[in-house]
Amino acid sequence: MSMHHGTKRVFLDPVIDNNPVTLQILGICSALAVTTSLVTSLIMCLAVTAVLACSNVSVSLIRKHIPGSIRIIVQITIIASLVMVVDEVLKAFAFETSKKLSVFVGLIITNCIVLGRAEAFAMKNPPGLSFLDGLGNGLGYSLVLIIVGSVRELFGAGTLLGITVLPLTTDGGWYPSNGLMLLPPSAFFIIGLLIWVIRTRKAEQVEAPDHRIHQVHRTDVV
Amino acid sequence: MIGKILALPNDDTRKILFVAFILCLVCSLVVSTAAVYLRPLQQANKALDRKKQILDVAGLLTPGVDIDQRFAERIESRIVELDSGEFTFDLVAEDYDQRAAARTPELSDPIPAVDDFAGIGRRARYAPVYLVRENGDLAQLILPMHGYGLWSTMYGFLALESDLQTVAGIKFFDHAETPGLGGEIDNPAWQSRWVGKQIYEQPGIPRLRVIKGRVNASAIEAQYQVDGISGATLTANGVTNMLAYWLGGNGFGEFLIKLRETGV
Repeated sequence: MSMHHGTKRVFLDPVIDNNPVTLQILGICSALAVTTSLVTSLIMCLAVTAVLACSNVSVSLIRKHIPGSIRIIVQITIIASLVMVVDEVLKAFAFETSKKLSVFVGLIITNCIVLGRAEAFAMKNPPGLSFLDGLGNGLGYSLVLIIVGSVRELFGAGTLLGITVLPLTTDGGWYPSNGLMLLPPSAFFIIGLLIWVIRTRKAEQVEAPDHRIHQVHRTDVV
Repeated sequence: MIGKILALPNDDTRKILFVAFILCLVCSLVVSTAAVYLRPLQQANKALDRKKQILDVAGLLTPGVDIDQRFAERIESRIVELDSGEFTFDLVAEDYDQRAAARTPELSDPIPAVDDFAGIGRRARYAPVYLVRENGDLAQLILPMHGYGLWSTMYGFLALESDLQTVAGIKFFDHAETPGLGGEIDNPAWQSRWVGKQIYEQPGIPRLRVIKGRVNASAIEAQYQVDGISGATLTANGVTNMLAYWLGGNGFGEFLIKLRETGV
């Protein structure tokens, strides 16, 4: 996270190499909650990306005047205001989806990715770079949500974007829906598998264990 | 002067207060501008959504139809005073918001705990009802209802045939039950099982309920029973309690008795 990164790296790094969800394990709550269908996932991605980019720019613009003692409060105030604006915009222009997303739009305020980028990047970098960083992290988050949302909608409801792909037995088709996919825990499994795949291909993302478990004989302890 | 304050070191108390104040001012301006500017659009969306649900439960929603136009042509909105069971024309149905009224002390009453099957706390004194006419005669009556499920208050409509006894349809337009389990109250296949069911065993005593498991079609009670949803017993109980409340004497019970006697 320093100025030495080229502009392109700032934008592209968070998509896979430094993905906020699969590497930093942030923003999991919303990734579980809104991914029952692809449409809600997509709208959520747009909302989070917009908030991320705008909050990064706003924080970066006033970064030289933010007093250290209230900097987190300042960042959260900016983020909360942006989220409320996004919520109002969704209610006005995407009413159906905003009904489905319900409280989860408001909960973008508590999405660790947004505050994390403001604090870790926007406080130290100029607005242009901060904007790209916000956009890149938004894309990284979106990539994961779109994958999880597609898998869950396809295998849970047999549809993609509401269009029937696998006709359900309940509607006279051949596919018995997988009810687990419609429940939040399934997103855990899918994200877990994603992390496994990414870390198998990119071994540098594997973290060193914090502590090792080793066998201790009773006699050693005594 | 602003320049002077900005030139102060960042940890100076005056600057901290100044930055906090300006930030709050700017943020509140941005949020309130968005809220005020988008409000008409949001209200139009809500009103349209409500109309859509009413048309849907009445079976009048065909794809691609102009919702406003069809609603105006086919649906007559009226307000009922629940205690007396009479229509009232003092309130304009289009402007009446039952949900807001239930929160207003002058327009609503607290429900005693013993009567509050639906778990809604307060009841507005007036409720909207929607009439669908066929050649001037009442063809369907649509009643708004709400009650607490497992996680949330479920808002919906029940449509009755002109005999005020047979269910023509049920829809929910706002709830937050578990998707895939309680959320299946939105499933059209389940909703279609309601059609043709009877609500009252005797006038004023609602009997219609969601049971656990499948209805035994040959049993006498089958006409008062709807299949349960697996994994959603508590949500289904919420639906049963909602019906018990709104079809009973504290809900639309009085109104339905009067309407059956006098017609519209």
